[in-house]
Amino acid sequence: MTGSAHRLIYPLVGFCVIVILWQGYVEFAHVSKIVLPSPADILQVSWQRSDLLLRETVPTTLESLYGFALAVVIGIPLAVCVVNSRILNLALYPILIATQSVPKVAIAPIILVWFGLGMQSKLAIAFLVAFFPIVVDTATGLQATPAGLMELARSLKASRWQTFWKVQFPAALPFIFSGAKVAVTLAVIGAVIGEFVGSVNGLGNLLLSANSQLDGPLAWAALVWLSVLGIVLFLAVVLAERLLMPWAPAAHH
Amino acid sequence: MEQSNQPPGRRQPDAAPTFGHFRNVRQQFRLSAHTNFVAIEDISFDLKAGSFVSLLGPSGCGKTTFLKIAGGLIRASSGVIQINGHDVTEPHADFGMAFQQPNLMPWRTVLKNVLFPMELRGDTGAGVRRRARDLLKLVGLEGFEDYYPAQLSGGMQQRVALCRALVHEPKLLLMDEPFGALDELTRMEMQDLLLDIRAKTSATIMFVTHSIAEAVYLSDVVVVFSKRPAVIADYIDVSLAYPRSAEIRYSAEFTELEHRAGRALGITQ
Ligand SMILES: Nc1ncnc2c1ncn2[C@@H]1O[C@H](COP(=O)(O)OP(=O)(O)OP(=O)(O)O)[C@@H](O)[C@H]1O
Ligand SMILES: [Mg+2]
Repeated sequence: MTGSAHRLIYPLVGFCVIVILWQGYVEFAHVSKIVLPSPADILQVSWQRSDLLLRETVPTTLESLYGFALAVVIGIPLAVCVVNSRILNLALYPILIATQSVPKVAIAPIILVWFGLGMQSKLAIAFLVAFFPIVVDTATGLQATPAGLMELARSLKASRWQTFWKVQFPAALPFIFSGAKVAVTLAVIGAVIGEFVGSVNGLGNLLLSANSQLDGPLAWAALVWLSVLGIVLFLAVVLAERLLMPWAPAAHH
Repeated sequence: MEQSNQPPGRRQPDAAPTFGHFRNVRQQFRLSAHTNFVAIEDISFDLKAGSFVSLLGPSGCGKTTFLKIAGGLIRASSGVIQINGHDVTEPHADFGMAFQQPNLMPWRTVLKNVLFPMELRGDTGAGVRRRARDLLKLVGLEGFEDYYPAQLSGGMQQRVALCRALVHEPKLLLMDEPFGALDELTRMEMQDLLLDIRAKTSATIMFVTHSIAEAVYLSDVVVVFSKRPAVIADYIDVSLAYPRSAEIRYSAEFTELEHRAGRALGITQ
C-alpha cells in the first residue's frame, strides 16, 4: 500500500513545486499575460468562464469518444480477421502500416473537404489516429497466446472457435487494453487537430480564437481543460480494464 | 497430506491387460532440407492397464517428445502407437494431460480452470461441479475455488492443473515433470498426493521425470531412456508394495532400485 501511496504523493508534490515556481517566476519577472499567464490567472479564467469552456468541451469530448469507439468497433474485428486469415494478413497488413506513415495533420484538410466543418470530420480524424494502435496491439495480443495454453486447448480437442474465444481472445485482452489506452489519448489529439484545421466549435477552436485575440489566460485555460479531458478519458479506459479484467494485478505505471 | 491413505492390496499390475502398446517408435525432426535430427531412435514397451509408469532419462533425451506422441500431440515419424487398442493419431477425449508448467488461464478462477475441459464438452452440470470441488478438496485447495491463479503459489497452481487433468476422468493420465519446478518439500508432498489420487482412480499413468527417487517412489515400472537419440536403457519393475510412504525411501530395496536406475543412466557403476 505504501507503494501506491508513493505513486500518488510524489507526482503531486512535483506538480505543486512546478506550479509554485511558475507562479513565482511570472510575478517577479512581470511576464505579460499574453505570453505566459500565471497558474492563478488560468485558474481564475477556468472558473469565471467555465460555462464557455464546458460548452466547448462537449463537442471535443464527443468527437474523441465517437472516433475512439469507432476505432474499437472496426479495429478489433479487423485484427481478428488479419490474424485468422493468411490472405487478409498478407493483403491488409502492409497497407495498414503504410497508411500509418501518412502524417495525420497532412490529411486533415482533405478529410475536411470530404466531411465538412461539422462533427464528422473531427470524428474521422480521431478515428484515424486511434485506429492503428488498436489494430496492431490486438493483432499482436492474438498472436502472443502462450504456447502452453494453445497446447492445452489442442490436447482437450477444443474447436477452432472455442480456442479463439476461450483462449486466444481473453489472453489478448491486456494487449487490447494497452492499445486502447494509447488510442483514447490519441483520439483527443486527433479531434483537436481537426478543430485546428477547420471548425465552428470545440476546445481546439476556442484555443485558436483566444490566441488570435491575444487572450493568453483563456487559451491556457482551454489547454488545461483539454489535458483534463485526456486524463479523464484515459482513466475511464483504465476503469473499464479493471472491471473487465478483475484477475489482472493492478497495473504499474 | 503427510499421511497417506491409500487402500492396501492393489491388484498386481502384472495380471492386468495391456493398455498401451508402443513398438519401434522413432521420431526425427526436420531441421533443414538436408539435415534430420533424430530425437527418439527406437522405443518399444507395453503399458499395463491401471499401472503407473515413469519415463526417466537425461535432459533432452526425448521424454517430452515421447509423451506428446503417446498423447497424440505429435505424430511419430514411424512406429506403432496404440492406446486401448486404437492407433493414436490425435488427442483423445479419454486422455488427461498435465504439463511441466501449470498452464492455468489467468482470467479464470481456480474452479473455472478445473472445469475448463468439461466446459469444452458443454457439460458443466451440478454433478460435474461437485466432482471439480471434490478434486480440489482432495488436493487441499478447499476454499480457494474463487481465487485467481496469480493469487496462488506454484505448488498450488500445479495442484489445480492436476485437478484439471483429472476432471473428465481420463483413462490415460500423461504427466510431464509436473513437479519439476517445485521445492523438495512441496515436491514430496505432491508425490504422496499423487499416490493418493492414483489409488482413487483407475487411470493408467505415464509420468515423465528427471528424478530417480521420484520415479522409484511413484511407479510400478520405470522405463529408463538413454541419452539422445533415445532407446530404452532399462525397464525396471518396482516391486515395492503400495501403499508407500516416506520411510520406504530409506529401505535397502529402494536404494537398490535407485542404484539400478543410476547404472542405466550411466551415473553409477
Ligand atoms: N519441434 C522440435 N523441432 C526440433 N527439435 C526438437 C523439437 N522438439 C524437441 N526437439 C529436440 O528433441 C530432443 C528431445 O526433446 P524433448 O523435449 O523430448 O526432451 P526431454 O527429454 O523432455 O528433455 P527435458 O528433460 O530437458 O525436458 C531435444 O534435443 C530437442 O532439441
Ligand atoms: Mg521435457
